[in-house]
Amino acid sequence: MDQLLINHGFPLLSALIFLPLAGAFVLLPLKGDETCRYVSLVFTGIVALLSFMLVAGFDTTTAAFQFVETHTWIGPLNINYTVGVDGISILLVVMTALIMPFCVLASWSYIKVRVKPFMICLLIMETAMIGVFVALDFVLFYILWEAMLIPMYLLIGIWGGPRKIYASIKFFLYTLAGSILLLVAIIYLYWKNSYSFFIPDMMWQPYGITPQVLVFIAFFIAFAVKVPMFPFHTWLPAAHVEAPTAGSVILASILLKMGTYGFVRFALPIVPDATLLLMPYVLWLSIAGIIYGGLTALAQQDMKKLIAYSSVGHMGFVTLGIFVLNKQGIEGAILQMINHGVTTGALFLCVGMIYERTHSRELSAATGVGKYMPIFVTFLAFFSLSSFGFPGTNSFVGEFLVLAGTFEFDLTLGLAAIPGAVIAAAYMLRMLQKVIWGGVDNPDQSWITDLNTREIITLAPFLLFVLWIGLSPGPFMEMMDFSVTDLLDRFNAYKAQSVAAAEILARR
Amino acid sequence: MLFLPELILLLGTLCLFLVSLGSPAIDTLRKLTVTIMALVMLASLACLNQKGSLFFDSYQVDFFSQLFKFLICTATLAVLIFSEDSPGIRSDVKAEYYVFLFTGVLGLMMLTSSVELLAILVSLELSSFAVYIMVPMRSAESGGAMQMESGIKYLLFGVMSTGFMLFGMSYIFGLCGSTYISDIAVQIEPLFYQPAAVIAIAMMLTGFFYKLAIFPFHFWVPDVYQGAANETTAFIAAVPKIAAVAVMIRIVSLISAEGQTVVNLLLICAIGSMFYGNLSALVQKDFKRMLGFSGISHAGFVLFGLLTLSSQGYSTSLYYIMGYAAMNLACFLVVCVVAPSGKNLAIEDLTGLHQRSPLLAVILAIGLFALAGIPPFVGFTGKFMLLVSAFKQGHVLAVVLAAINTAIAIYYYLSVVRVAYCSDPQGATVNVAPGALTTAVSLLLLLVIVAMGILPGVFLNITSTAVGTIL
Repeated sequence: MDQLLINHGFPLLSALIFLPLAGAFVLLPLKGDETCRYVSLVFTGIVALLSFMLVAGFDTTTAAFQFVETHTWIGPLNINYTVGVDGISILLVVMTALIMPFCVLASWSYIKVRVKPFMICLLIMETAMIGVFVALDFVLFYILWEAMLIPMYLLIGIWGGPRKIYASIKFFLYTLAGSILLLVAIIYLYWKNSYSFFIPDMMWQPYGITPQVLVFIAFFIAFAVKVPMFPFHTWLPAAHVEAPTAGSVILASILLKMGTYGFVRFALPIVPDATLLLMPYVLWLSIAGIIYGGLTALAQQDMKKLIAYSSVGHMGFVTLGIFVLNKQGIEGAILQMINHGVTTGALFLCVGMIYERTHSRELSAATGVGKYMPIFVTFLAFFSLSSFGFPGTNSFVGEFLVLAGTFEFDLTLGLAAIPGAVIAAAYMLRMLQKVIWGGVDNPDQSWITDLNTREIITLAPFLLFVLWIGLSPGPFMEMMDFSVTDLLDRFNAYKAQSVAAAEILARR
Repeated sequence: MLFLPELILLLGTLCLFLVSLGSPAIDTLRKLTVTIMALVMLASLACLNQKGSLFFDSYQVDFFSQLFKFLICTATLAVLIFSEDSPGIRSDVKAEYYVFLFTGVLGLMMLTSSVELLAILVSLELSSFAVYIMVPMRSAESGGAMQMESGIKYLLFGVMSTGFMLFGMSYIFGLCGSTYISDIAVQIEPLFYQPAAVIAIAMMLTGFFYKLAIFPFHFWVPDVYQGAANETTAFIAAVPKIAAVAVMIRIVSLISAEGQTVVNLLLICAIGSMFYGNLSALVQKDFKRMLGFSGISHAGFVLFGLLTLSSQGYSTSLYYIMGYAAMNLACFLVVCVVAPSGKNLAIEDLTGLHQRSPLLAVILAIGLFALAGIPPFVGFTGKFMLLVSAFKQGHVLAVVLAAINTAIAIYYYLSVVRVAYCSDPQGATVNVAPGALTTAVSLLLLLVIVAMGILPGVFLNITSTAVGTIL
């Protein structure tokens, strides 16, 4: 347990995990929609503030897990409640905590019926999401990973659009079916590691190559569905389109990151040999996702669908960065996870605001609102520019790092990824052009009102982060630097070791 | 003291018999039955730590049997409470219905203590015949003519499997020269390379396969679940299964390390149950029928724990059946309360339940998610531990197949949740409000489902202590 820094003071991570759950219980007896909204805003707000304490106390000069808390949970099976953060997870935790209050704000007038259950679902989601990123016990991780499906299913299934039933069931079935084999892999690893579910114990162990490949496949299916990687992405457009705004934001900003987080946290350190072996296939699947997502987004008339397909492309960049296995690639990928969370989350919020006014997600119904909603289109322009990686915005930094890493790894692969970046500009600018100016046949938009204060407050922080990360990514990179370097050092050490072992075997 | 719970139940049954001679009011009957069952439950709780043997050592009282008795009584009490006035039972035979119900429970309680083949047979038949008669006692208004058909099916399949079981017992007696399980355990251990022993054990298990509804002895399930009154189905779905697990643990622990053939046979049955149950449940329209098929697949999971032949596997099976009873009762509680006048409940009838009764909708959703094996509920924890113990024994392929089954199962559970939550009631619908006692029971079930899921350690300690006393 040398890689753990036990936290003996205030149990910060547990507070982050359980405060939203406590909020859900507080909501139970409450009456009145307005009260429920305020109470959930307060709880998510406190969690967001607490997450600043996490940043303040985070030591960027170590790769160890910090703020670690560990308690025995299920004694007979050696399952513990162990949580901790390192450079890979901290940004995701903080992003989750910061985005949730804005999800509450975005649902303020969007959700009109069954407000209390909606807020309860949001709060339970927050508990599960933060828990997934900080869990260091595989069973704890799996339980939260699966438990999340229930509130998310209800969010889509109850408050969703016209095809909500189809979308919610598809979402549930895909994700559940994907993660079923993960459970078997977990049991295998438990059995192999003298009955321990402790994640760091499972890393860098010499499992045989066949079990490694099998475990990798189990990991891959579970995480690739969540990311979602081409060709497992079909649930995503359906779910995104039908989900209410807050649901879309949670899906895009946080849920998708769990898949890529899973790759970095589990696939690389636990099954390095299999990663090396199967890496080329994953890389080309990422390229396929980038190109396919971009081309499909280009053809969409539905704004939410457009952004959903653009997510497939952007997440392709993230998996690309992870599996080129060099420092720029992985750091770029982690930064790109945050960027995608900020930018796409904000874009979904924008679409939600249009939808609240026109009650349509069709691009044709929203053309030419620029004249009447100047503030709105200013925000939209920034987020769109960020989405295709315009210099000065956050995604530029992330995509640049990923592409730099890819070129360092392989020229062909890098060249193959380039069209994706170009197509991204094409579809985002097309949307932007239509929304701001439209054509000569714009519908009458003169009745539309511009953003109110609540909506501006909702969007402003996203813009802040777009520019902050875009202009000065240093502090963000610093947080992950040590952990990523350590991960790669160990990876290379492991690789050298197994090469040496293979040579010894060959010499015999 | 050793026999106190059974004795109270016996007296209660006799008392009910006397009452049934007159024409008692429904209200009196309900109060009487609930009181008797509550008394029996308290008695079994008080006798939890009794130890001893009765009737020439054929009746063993230990923590294992007492725990099972307590579970049986609690489950029955829950059924009695939430079936309210038993609207599905013919009103002229209501008192008799309860007499048979109590006799059945008595048989099941005795079954958990029986450690001698004839005692097992007698108590099994005592419970079976009582339940056979309960099935056709459904009122004609609520069941049409279905209940007669199901009654006959239940009887015929039951008698057939008893025949198999007796045949197996006769082999065992022939091989070992004794009917006491403790003697058999010693005698049969070196005999497992012989087909006779394998066949004998397998046939003896069929009687309990039938009770637990394991493939290929499941044929009665869908029709009986659909044809019997809602309250009867709730009873059949939960209580006899608990008792069956008790005896199966005793019988399976006879299998020695050389009995790999039997284990393989059980493995096939378990996997077959899961696939058959889950695949058939996918297309069901009747809620009870769907729960019946889901019960078949869950029985497969229970068997999964038994066939590991390890005390960890047994205690997990015991844990799982406890959880299964709670989840299943939660679902049947909703069926009983929502079903108008004891009629069958189509899945569509649950439309918009979230408006008609928020509490029941929550219970239903949590019960179904738990059955589907979604964490953090007991269904997940149980399945997870069963898979772990099977994996430890090297049944890797079976573990993968079982995991795949979880993914298949989610679809039909989810469709019910969808109907209850994601659709609004159409036209004029009645709000349903459960009574105070029923509400209490439902909250208790909810608590059990969540607590067993989140803090399984406590319950596992209890079950492993119980299993420890008989091994």
